[in-house]
Amino acid sequence: MKAPDFSYEKPTSISDVLSLLANDELDCQLLAGGQSLMPMMNFRMANPGTLVDISGVSELAGITECTDTIKIGAMVRYCELEQSTIIKTHCPLINLVLPYVAHAAIRNRGTIGGSIGLSDPAAELPAVLLALDGSIEVTSGDGVRLEPASSFFKGVYETACEPDELITKIILPKAHSQQKFGFHEVARRHGDYAMAGVCIAQDSDLSIRVAFFGVADKAIRATNVEKLLSGSASFSQDLIKDAQNATSEIEFEGDMNASPEAKQHIANVVLERALKGMK
Amino acid sequence: MTKTAQIAVTVNGEKYVEDVPVRMNLADFLRTKLGLTGTHVGCEHGVCGACTLFLDGVTARSCLTLAVQADGAQITTIEGYETVKNASDLIKNFHNRNALQCGYCTAGMLATSIEYIEQGNPADREKVKEHISGNYCRCTGYQAIVDAICTTIEERQG
Repeated sequence: MKAPDFSYEKPTSISDVLSLLANDELDCQLLAGGQSLMPMMNFRMANPGTLVDISGVSELAGITECTDTIKIGAMVRYCELEQSTIIKTHCPLINLVLPYVAHAAIRNRGTIGGSIGLSDPAAELPAVLLALDGSIEVTSGDGVRLEPASSFFKGVYETACEPDELITKIILPKAHSQQKFGFHEVARRHGDYAMAGVCIAQDSDLSIRVAFFGVADKAIRATNVEKLLSGSASFSQDLIKDAQNATSEIEFEGDMNASPEAKQHIANVVLERALKGMK
Repeated sequence: MTKTAQIAVTVNGEKYVEDVPVRMNLADFLRTKLGLTGTHVGCEHGVCGACTLFLDGVTARSCLTLAVQADGAQITTIEGYETVKNASDLIKNFHNRNALQCGYCTAGMLATSIEYIEQGNPADREKVKEHISGNYCRCTGYQAIVDAICTTIEERQG
């Protein structure tokens, strides 16, 4: 299928993007890498009046190392994350996850801002942001605001980013040497959307964040699981069993491949594997 | 209201300037405007990999890229893999190993294979399988394709 009819704009500055977004009559949709948006348009699930291609906005490019954080421009593509020594050094969880994000040809085009802005429940990066307690810099005509990842993802394709706002940066705390990270996902084919997956980050004080994806209407933290696991430097089989029982706090949602019960089972499998692989 | 746009692209070393409807994808542009029909359109939602080509030096799905997004880009398609990508040996090995039957996936499969080889990856069957996992083939069962890729890497290493 082909995309429906639309108009196309390619602004070169954030302020030009914002003035397009502010014009309600244009019915704008931002186009970053297009690796999710184009299929949605080809399926006629999305039918925007105007596509605003932000790939020419240089302010949205680049990865910057700051004192305590890493700032990633919204237009940074997955392949740039894969090749970045800043990411390799300071965001090891991203490096664990990237080989599982779709396939090379998709990673060459897809962007971090696109993945965060779409909030696909089965995408990896929203869960990475939750596990790392990152935040999202959102810009509108009223100025710049920071939204914590914990309150950013609202539901299927729903975020705290308003229609007249633009995601400009993703901000992640730098990893400490005492931190440990875990990741695992199960997919029908390598690179496909996960049937269930989990990202885990444990701080030096042994507090832990556990974020699942592909199991509910959005990437979510499992707070009861976190409470059980926090404070433990290693994870015994009994503790893992308790943590698996605690995933019942999640409202599992089935899809065409798996029932809610199957999702819960897979979530428990990925949780165990991720905990055992923490490094 | 921009519904059509003029784009300039370099495809397999040749420059083209064309007017395109903005909703036209890059695969359709190459096939219908430039007559380069070696790029095949499969699923049109990025899953099958048949339309994969090189956009500014890296592989991309031409069904998920609008022609207008490729304005100013360097594109290499299967028509240029022998001359631009020096992949005659890989193509010969696809032939020798029967790594295609209907040929529908071949253009995309070659793009993905060329990228794997160009990145200096090893003739490791598991790694090859993982790398081509984004390209569907419904004829060969993949083993012959993995053979052709590994043979090419081994031959190039001498």
